[in-house]
Amino acid sequence: MVEPIDTTMRLGRRSFLKGSGVAAAAATVAGTMAEEVAHGADAAPPSSGPGAVEITLSVDGKELKSSIEPRVTLLDALRDYLNVTAAKRVCDRGTCGACTVLIDGKSIYACSMLAIEAQGKKITTARGLMKGDELHPIQQIFWEKDASQCGFCTPGFVTACAAVLAKNPKATFEDMKRAVDGNICRCGTYEQMFQVFEQLTGKGA
Amino acid sequence: MATANETKTSSYRVIGTRPIRHDGVDKVTGRAVYGNDVQLPGLLYGRVLRSPHAHARIRSIDTTKAEKLPGVFAVISSADIDPHESKMAELGEGSVNLQYLCENVLARKKVLYKGHAVAAVAAVNAHVAEEALKLIEVDYDPLHAVTWVLDAMKDDAPILIDDLKTEGAPLPHSKGPTNIAQHIVFSKGDIEKGFAEADVIIEREFKSATVHQGYIEPHVATALWSPDGHLSIWASTQGSFTCRQQTAELLALPVSKVTVTPCEIGGGFGGKIRVYIEPIAALLSKKSGRPVKVLMNRADVFESTGPTPGSFIRVKLGAKRDGRLVAGDAWMAYDAGAYPAGIIGPGCVCVFSCYDLPNARVEGFDVVLNKPQTAAYRAPGSTNAAFACETVIEELAEKLGIDPIEFRLKNAAKEGTRRPDGPAYPVIGLVETLKTAKAHPHYSATLEGPNRGRGVGCGFWMNAGLKSSVTAHVNGDGTVTLVEGSTDIGGTRTSIAMQLAETLGITAEEVVPRVVDTDSVGYTDVTGGSRTTFATGWAAHDAAIDIVKQMSARAAEFWKCSPDEVTFDRGLFSSKSHALTFKELAGKIQETGGTITGRASVEAKGVGATFGTHIVDVEVDPETGKVKILRYTAVQDCGRVIHPSYAEGQIQGGVVQGIGWALNEEYVYDADGRMRNASMLDYRMPTAVDVPTIEPVMVEVPNPRHPYGVRGVGEVPICPPPAAIGAAIYNAIGIRMYELPMSPPKVCQAIINEASAK
Repeated sequence: MVEPIDTTMRLGRRSFLKGSGVAAAAATVAGTMAEEVAHGADAAPPSSGPGAVEITLSVDGKELKSSIEPRVTLLDALRDYLNVTAAKRVCDRGTCGACTVLIDGKSIYACSMLAIEAQGKKITTARGLMKGDELHPIQQIFWEKDASQCGFCTPGFVTACAAVLAKNPKATFEDMKRAVDGNICRCGTYEQMFQVFEQLTGKGA
Repeated sequence: MATANETKTSSYRVIGTRPIRHDGVDKVTGRAVYGNDVQLPGLLYGRVLRSPHAHARIRSIDTTKAEKLPGVFAVISSADIDPHESKMAELGEGSVNLQYLCENVLARKKVLYKGHAVAAVAAVNAHVAEEALKLIEVDYDPLHAVTWVLDAMKDDAPILIDDLKTEGAPLPHSKGPTNIAQHIVFSKGDIEKGFAEADVIIEREFKSATVHQGYIEPHVATALWSPDGHLSIWASTQGSFTCRQQTAELLALPVSKVTVTPCEIGGGFGGKIRVYIEPIAALLSKKSGRPVKVLMNRADVFESTGPTPGSFIRVKLGAKRDGRLVAGDAWMAYDAGAYPAGIIGPGCVCVFSCYDLPNARVEGFDVVLNKPQTAAYRAPGSTNAAFACETVIEELAEKLGIDPIEFRLKNAAKEGTRRPDGPAYPVIGLVETLKTAKAHPHYSATLEGPNRGRGVGCGFWMNAGLKSSVTAHVNGDGTVTLVEGSTDIGGTRTSIAMQLAETLGITAEEVVPRVVDTDSVGYTDVTGGSRTTFATGWAAHDAAIDIVKQMSARAAEFWKCSPDEVTFDRGLFSSKSHALTFKELAGKIQETGGTITGRASVEAKGVGATFGTHIVDVEVDPETGKVKILRYTAVQDCGRVIHPSYAEGQIQGGVVQGIGWALNEEYVYDADGRMRNASMLDYRMPTAVDVPTIEPVMVEVPNPRHPYGVRGVGEVPICPPPAAIGAAIYNAIGIRMYELPMSPPKVCQAIINEASAK
């Protein structure tokens, strides 16, 4: 189950305007390409919406800065501007769960939230669930139970499971199942996920 | 050369175990690099303009305004790609006509379906690219569209391709333009005589809606056309070499000038074999001088990439009172989609494939209509056919008063049975799956309660062999790096590595599998046709034998004896006076002449077909028509199972897709031929709350022609579910369903019709 997102815009008109002339946002793909980026940026058109603004996002324990137009979703900001690719772009319409991230511990579809709304919040992707080189217990069990085939939906499922367990460590098997009813696995590895849920909830561990 | 079977007894040390997959950590942490995770310096974002009409003539395309939009680096249309003649290119599992492929990639003169690509833009970001698409002016002359296969076959149907000629068996009454791309006739014996002998004859008509493979990763391709003329592509593809070949042919480049790097792939199921956006990304890169990534959105995937055919099928079967089938007749019309697709071929092969019919006739049509060009989907063509044939089998069994599994056993195909299309079966395991299903506790379990019923169904897939190459490098620490060209969609790195490990007497963990680009390994066909564990595994076995041969020679050199005196068994090289483990000898190879690399390229013959028998319990809600799956058991002949978890996972995954096909999934079209449900919300695929526990039961009838007895596993489990669920619905509420999907509105309508008829 995905929590409703807070859609209150915390960005004032001033901040919008401040960024409008600075088109450096455009195509800031990895940080290794300053020259190319500048080339693209110079050619970027006046945006049909408000221009880019400097924002800072707290992602997987790191403060990441970029210049991003307000229309950019959190998912696209992570993937195309900050080079954080664990959340996957599948439907971009909040219907598949592949882009699930944690916002202050709650599971959110990153495609359905604007990047500017995520400022000041703690964003965690599947990558950030790890402690150093150690897998999160959910990741460990997903791995051991082989609850993936192609693996594309896996980060979203893992994050959705992490959210429900963080909220309620005594979550039941049915709670877990409901926690992922907004996620699609087309390879159909639900049976393996059920085994994961059984182990996580102590049922049949 | 000795195969492993000859050198060892039945007890394998790696095969049949469940090592954890090599790429598992990357998958659970989101570190694995999929196509859309590729980033290159100066990357541009490509988007494709698609037709809003299902059928229209293109009068003109004006890209001037889009080109002038700041931030746009390139705009292309079919004017940027030279037309191709009608010529076939082999793609491994299937082939492609280059003229049609070219027109499908970018429409020329006409658009043939809503979503048909018309032009494309590369821009500094996706927003600018999308804005630029809106500035491209296309002048269309809309034409009538046709989306139902029988309508498209009528004399007065709108014609999609003016010069289309029907291939295959002659059509005596056909004259003038047609939408029938292919006509197939198979026959065996004398059906008139057969039906004359029959005591019971049942004939039924079946409709199946168009469904999509539904892989969740959208198509994505990144291309970099270097100034020296070399084209590099990072793609989400089931076959890097197939992608290379199609792209090279379309762009008139030698294959050696194109490098395709297969990224991790987020599902394919047959739908990521044909190219769509790879040539577009290449042309945009050439024009802009920058790397370009083209990504589809979800609606593009539904509306523009290969669904699998909708179909109309009529099946007639006749049997004697004692339960022996005497004749079968099938008439099958499958959607080709916008261009000839040929999935009717395997459909015709599969329709009667489970039964020993002395007299049979199968007639099939590949029909062009205003939908995206259809593509393979897990046992392409077989599921539609199984739904039809198996439902009639159920009705016959009921009419004859014979248990449905017993009836199937009386008529089951076995070694030597000749299919209507010609071939006779080698060793197959259908009878074993039927007997196992009959003996399974599920089949005899009590099923109580109103509106509940049990059904069974069988399915068949022929599987593919094709070409695979591997190289394997022995490292000084005793590990082996396995270099392969097979995209790993669901665990084949491990199932292939296990066959190498078994042959070398090392562990699966001591093999390091790497899927590499088209310049770094020999030609390998697609991951499809349930062929990868079978054929690439075979290549890995042969490469291991090559390594053993070379290492035995090194040992002989080391021990100063003749290579004939060196024997190898389960990881131990020995002579009369010496012995070294694989790891020990690997540590010495640098002192005795340097690196050892095993190589093998196979064109795998001896493919083993696969059969499955499924049992399902359902409960029908008579108010809403919703069908709930209560219990599911899937029995399958898997040949020798390499990694049981993966074989089970393939069976379960296939069943989940089969359940979706049976109960929910369909393309909904409006009168103008536009798909109305091109989203994951409205095209409903099963989630965790829709499926029960699916119990896989693996029967192992080893394929005698493979070194380790492997048969393909992945495709056949999608075939039986619709028929088995249909039978269960009948046993629950007494109504036979003849149309897929058996969705709540259709089941509800059937209940209402039944009530008003009484």
